[in-house]
Amino acid sequence: MKANIIIIGGGLAGLMSAIKVAESGRHVKLFAIHPTRRSHSVCAQGGINAAKNLKGEDDSVWKHFDDTVYSGDFLANQPPVLKMCEAAPGIIDLTDRMGVMYNRTPEGLLDFRRFGGTKYHRTAFAGTTTGQQLVYALDEQVRRFEAAGLVEKFENWEFLSPVIDGSGTCRGIVAINLYTMELKAFPADAVIAATGGIGAIFGKSTNSIVNTGSAVSAFYQAGAAYANPEMVQVHPTAMPGEDKTRLISESARGEGGRVWVPRDGKPWYFLEEWYPAYGNLVPRDVASRAIFKVVYELGLGVEGKPVVYLDISRLPKEDLDTRLFGIMEIYQTYTGQDPRKVPMQVFPGVHYNMGGFWVDYNMATNIPGLFAVGEAEYQHHGANRLGANSLVSCIFDGMVAGPAAVHYASGLNTRSEDMASSLFDAETKRQSEINSGLQKRSGSENLRALYREMGDVMRENVTVVRYNEKLKAADAKLRELTERYENIGLPDGGQSLVFARELWNMLVLARAITLAALERDESRGAHYKPEFPKRDDENWLKTTKAFYTPDGPRFEYEPVDISLIKPRERHYEIE
Amino acid sequence: MKQGEKFIARIRRQEGPASKPYREEFELAFRPGMNVIIALMDIQENPVTRDGEKTTPVAWECSCLEEVCGACAMIINGVPRQACSTLIDSLETPVVIEPLTKFPLVKDLVVDRRSIFENFRKIRAWVPIDLTYGAGPGPRVSQEAQRKAYPLSRCITCGNCLEACPQVNSGSPFMGAAVLNQATLMDSHPTGRMNRSERLAAVRAKGGAGDCGNAQNCARVCPKKIPLVDSIARLNREAIIDGLLKWLEK
Repeated sequence: MKANIIIIGGGLAGLMSAIKVAESGRHVKLFAIHPTRRSHSVCAQGGINAAKNLKGEDDSVWKHFDDTVYSGDFLANQPPVLKMCEAAPGIIDLTDRMGVMYNRTPEGLLDFRRFGGTKYHRTAFAGTTTGQQLVYALDEQVRRFEAAGLVEKFENWEFLSPVIDGSGTCRGIVAINLYTMELKAFPADAVIAATGGIGAIFGKSTNSIVNTGSAVSAFYQAGAAYANPEMVQVHPTAMPGEDKTRLISESARGEGGRVWVPRDGKPWYFLEEWYPAYGNLVPRDVASRAIFKVVYELGLGVEGKPVVYLDISRLPKEDLDTRLFGIMEIYQTYTGQDPRKVPMQVFPGVHYNMGGFWVDYNMATNIPGLFAVGEAEYQHHGANRLGANSLVSCIFDGMVAGPAAVHYASGLNTRSEDMASSLFDAETKRQSEINSGLQKRSGSENLRALYREMGDVMRENVTVVRYNEKLKAADAKLRELTERYENIGLPDGGQSLVFARELWNMLVLARAITLAALERDESRGAHYKPEFPKRDDENWLKTTKAFYTPDGPRFEYEPVDISLIKPRERHYEIE
Repeated sequence: MKQGEKFIARIRRQEGPASKPYREEFELAFRPGMNVIIALMDIQENPVTRDGEKTTPVAWECSCLEEVCGACAMIINGVPRQACSTLIDSLETPVVIEPLTKFPLVKDLVVDRRSIFENFRKIRAWVPIDLTYGAGPGPRVSQEAQRKAYPLSRCITCGNCLEACPQVNSGSPFMGAAVLNQATLMDSHPTGRMNRSERLAAVRAKGGAGDCGNAQNCARVCPKKIPLVDSIARLNREAIIDGLLKWLEK
């Protein structure tokens, strides 16, 4: 049995899926925009959660599960979240066996630290470069399978579109070689989309610039349901910059860092005052809203600028160097200032997409033959992701989707290699025509300028605080940009062509995000409307499912599985 | 430099591996915090040379923009480094930007560094675990051992160390510091050590640690300040001892 599973994306979720498929003896084709070792998962800093309960706190899988569901404001289906939390300790063990250089206790055991939205030391970490170390460990295991002939990597290739047959089944993909611009179709019995987040839609974010959501959007335009588009996490502490907002990990606060602004000549630790029970470690949605309030409502931003202090300068020097080195290095590189001596200046930045491909509990999308994993899917984080849960969900997804895809492929009556080649030729031709059509464009609209306008309108109207009038105006602006896109000029047929395609896909997804936010008249997790400040379980305890139509998204809703924990109101000011 | 102050970026360009290289100059406006990536983005948005000629945007690679993915290595004012963490304010002008020279050129500033990963495969740079099922925790590692190994694990495979190394050139099979450091890292893990004999055989072979000329340029250009000289010396010692033992066992 030859090549039959395609994985798109070389981050943690894609790598883990590849390991599981290859371990079962199947052949994998792994596609990635950059070499897999450069995938965006390397940017994850603070750590990975698992209730190992090594600090005598009576932590448990159930408490991890409860913190995750509660932090997500009860929008996540509970059974798969519980499964993830159950798997987490084993995931830490596995990556430890693979050689991740986790920080250690004096006895040589894994060390754990605190993170947001929990009271427990539940986060294993490798300095503040945990994502990088995890990617490398998994990449090395994949390389082992590569050496054994089970994995074939297509690095520097970008996914363009799925190949879908007459029965609506996904039979492969069309991708473009970013070095040669060659366009090619690849048949597959199952496709796993591990295509990551969508930060670029907001112009500036903590994401890598490859995180355009372009692939997710292409699948959405081909019929994949896109769940909870409105749930976008804004991380409370990032460094504002012109090219991106650089993340300063929650672990800075987990290790004792404090957030403050000067008020009446004295430091005001507003998170500690407002949320005495969790203090600086309130969940991200709560912290970002508090910082917005301090800066925009109370006018207390540091030096009149939209920033607050994140202060680690009082922490023991040895702890800083052994536990937080990576973030200090980033801050110092870009500001020239040493966080050991002066408080860092930070502000909320777009960080993570809780929404994504709608998937069932086996990570299968609504398109037969297509599975989705990692940040690209919507399953585990509800309306607000708990810090340090993303790495665990990426790896968990791969462990579920890999075997599920193999099982699905084994049950197929007709394999993709037996399909008529005309199916693949037709899709290649369609993609090639889109490219040649774009290459002929010589209008006056500038791609980069359109991209910047899209990012500005999304950041201004569709992040921490949302008003219906502004959401409507944002959608009008997105429609205007879509019209102006018709008049773009392409300065070359290489990177500009690829970017033009990404920009189109981003515009399509941006509308789904904005309009899903407009529809949801309540406040839940990261989705906050001052006009509807309360969570409304009666009307909105349901998953948004967006379907593409050329006129804009069509929404359906489905109930959330709350069979394990009864929804309760969120309070972080009291125990 | 002050906000809005003009400066010149001089870029070496080349359409493809077989095309003739040429230089183009662009006049750009400085902003505080500007790095080389922002400068390249400005050119992308408005690809007009200093002489007012319309041209194509410069091709380059980048991703994370925070010096952890390794994608954006290029030679800036004669020094191989990451474009994202090189601030314009720290540079002499004109800013001269060229592609790395030790890797096959793709286009403009884009080079193909996959040889580094192929060499990872040659030295078997992985921890040989059995299967991915529940086998309990990994081996104990002392704090001291972790603190020694962790800095080595921060290598972003940017290739700057290979670019700076006089021993790495088209006539030499030398793998370079990034690859050898990976061998040292794998050997420092208790399970990784289990296939060290195979790995050290590759390290002793042509192109391995013996080809290091000890110029120490690698450590000087490493953006993550990895102690590469020490890492290679440790590996070389182990490789020699392992080779000797093998020879005695014959």
